[in-house]
Amino acid sequence: MSIFIDDDTRLVVQGITGRDGSFHTSQMMEYGTRVVAGVTPGKGGQDFAGPGGEKVPIFNAMDEAVSKTGANTSVVYVPPAFAADAILEATDSGVSLVVAITEGVPVLDMARAHAFARDKGVRILGPNCPGLISPGKAKVGILPAQIVAEGPIGVVSRSGTLTYEAVFQLTSVGLGQTTCVGIGGDPLIGTNFIDCLEAFELDPGTEAVVMIGEIGGTDEQEAAVFVKERMSKPVVGFIAGQTAPPGRQMGHAGAIISGSAGTAEEKMKAFQDNGIAVAERPADIVSLIQDALK
Amino acid sequence: MDIHEYQAKERFALSGIPVPPGKIATTADEAEEIALSYGCAVMVKAQVHSGGRGKAGGVKFCKDASEARLHASNILGMDIKGLTVEKVLVTPAEEIETEAYVGVLIDRESQAATFMVSPDGGMDIEEVAASTPDRIRKLSVDPRYGLLPHQALWLANFLYEDPSLIRQASSAISQLYESFVESGASMTEINPLITTPDGHIKAIDAKMSIDGNELFRRPDVADMRDLSAEPASERKAREAGLSYVKLDGNVGCCVNGAGLAMATMDLVKYYGGEPANFLDIGGSSNPDKVVSALEIITSDPNVRVILFNIFGGITRCDDVANGIVEATKRIDMQQPIVIRLTGTNEELGLKILQEAGFSAYTSMDDVVEKAVDLAKG
Repeated sequence: MSIFIDDDTRLVVQGITGRDGSFHTSQMMEYGTRVVAGVTPGKGGQDFAGPGGEKVPIFNAMDEAVSKTGANTSVVYVPPAFAADAILEATDSGVSLVVAITEGVPVLDMARAHAFARDKGVRILGPNCPGLISPGKAKVGILPAQIVAEGPIGVVSRSGTLTYEAVFQLTSVGLGQTTCVGIGGDPLIGTNFIDCLEAFELDPGTEAVVMIGEIGGTDEQEAAVFVKERMSKPVVGFIAGQTAPPGRQMGHAGAIISGSAGTAEEKMKAFQDNGIAVAERPADIVSLIQDALK
Repeated sequence: MDIHEYQAKERFALSGIPVPPGKIATTADEAEEIALSYGCAVMVKAQVHSGGRGKAGGVKFCKDASEARLHASNILGMDIKGLTVEKVLVTPAEEIETEAYVGVLIDRESQAATFMVSPDGGMDIEEVAASTPDRIRKLSVDPRYGLLPHQALWLANFLYEDPSLIRQASSAISQLYESFVESGASMTEINPLITTPDGHIKAIDAKMSIDGNELFRRPDVADMRDLSAEPASERKAREAGLSYVKLDGNVGCCVNGAGLAMATMDLVKYYGGEPANFLDIGGSSNPDKVVSALEIITSDPNVRVILFNIFGGITRCDDVANGIVEATKRIDMQQPIVIRLTGTNEELGLKILQEAGFSAYTSMDDVVEKAVDLAKG
């Protein structure tokens, strides 16, 4: 089983003709994701050539792409200046999940897009995220497919490469995954830890969850309380940024300790206080998960 | 991106918020001249991107121009939390009746620009929030409607009882929201917002941080960047498209991805070392970026070893390996390099490194332990 994407995912790629969009579309198709449409304004009527010679129709606008192909999920590879508009267009087109990969979208643009999506009942994942992959079923975004395997572990993370590190270690000891989700490193994201934990709790295929957080904000602290109050499945946590200085942005726009709030220490304590096993270093995640599954 | 007080006041003035006049001086002579032109008592205020300027002695009341000269000569060149004061703001001293706080920031929980106001201005708002939370009123602005007039009034009502002051504050609060949005800010505050004996409000101190993602469409705001306010190494990194933060340790870190970069620093500490920096080379395998990264890391005299931690996902290990080899040809490095390279095209990458005389690790723990050892040696 899996969360958010599976064999029924019918994907439309926004920005399919761009450098990143076209490269990752091929990668997603190679993995077996059903890419049913692409959207690039002004290139409607053309086809995108898939890695196996498949033809994916390109449309000028999302409403047309959705009505003609029955797409239910979109992924956004549109440059930052136009990304918020693309996300708004997607949330208004009939898809139920919009995965926003783009990094560098102005925060105030996203405040508006998130409010709009909440009204429409559409889930946004990201922005500034690597997307998600349900091994053996579908991949939406940029996660490297070769490191995942099918299995019982759910993975949710604010980071990209750190997720790969954890997933790679899980896979190498034979612990596959139901779904690996990168929720994104921006301050305002559409899907948070709690949304993913709730979905993993409901997913019958998931037996344990790895949650990888970082400095900045209080999402991890709230998620910790959720784990204690609402989850029956074991959760293992890791927090990056124990050595990060306060007031400095550490790469991700959202990774910043403001005043004395959002430190790694505070988050690790919230994990411990709420029954989440805390990995001191990434290499400890695997053994903690193995203990949890015993 | 942080901007200075005087720049934030310029942004405020564009939206009509009452701010006192003021001019920038970079020498004591200029400060004296400006004070003379005002012909009254002035404040001389250090312009650095740091809180606690007053406590550090960077803000002084001067009863006349000669005092302004004296204080300016002391403050200019002063070190405040590691930052050198290059400029002072000279501004007429105001008579203060009351001090309030008005701030706006992006709140993650409500996913909206959120106001915080308090009648207890002039102090750190985090302290007010911790000790007397009932003295703060909060409001999240729905981005679809903006700040509505009755909401601005509701906030102003919390600050004052006098109808004229409420009217003025309500208008300034609306103008502050406009300034926040038009500047592409992520945080702004007026602290304090004062009332004067003749019944007027004025923003006598101002702070603003700009969302870096807004700069591409706001060239006037982007021009406010003070290049002297950031270390040269961080400027070079920014121009090369790298995320870099200088720290105090001696293990230079070069990593792909922000989360992995932080985890690498943490692991250096775990094994008893101290990271010299945060550096995310991003998803790029462009050798030029690796060269820039190495130039920046080696320009830090504390660095005794260079640690690469690369997890090839989309990034291909062979590309990064080529980048490292190319970079070490182009720049002359004294420090040893230890490399961890794993993931996509790992074997190809390792072969390239071996041919160039480098060895590489596949485990993150092994490479970090080795780097810490070398840094101690």
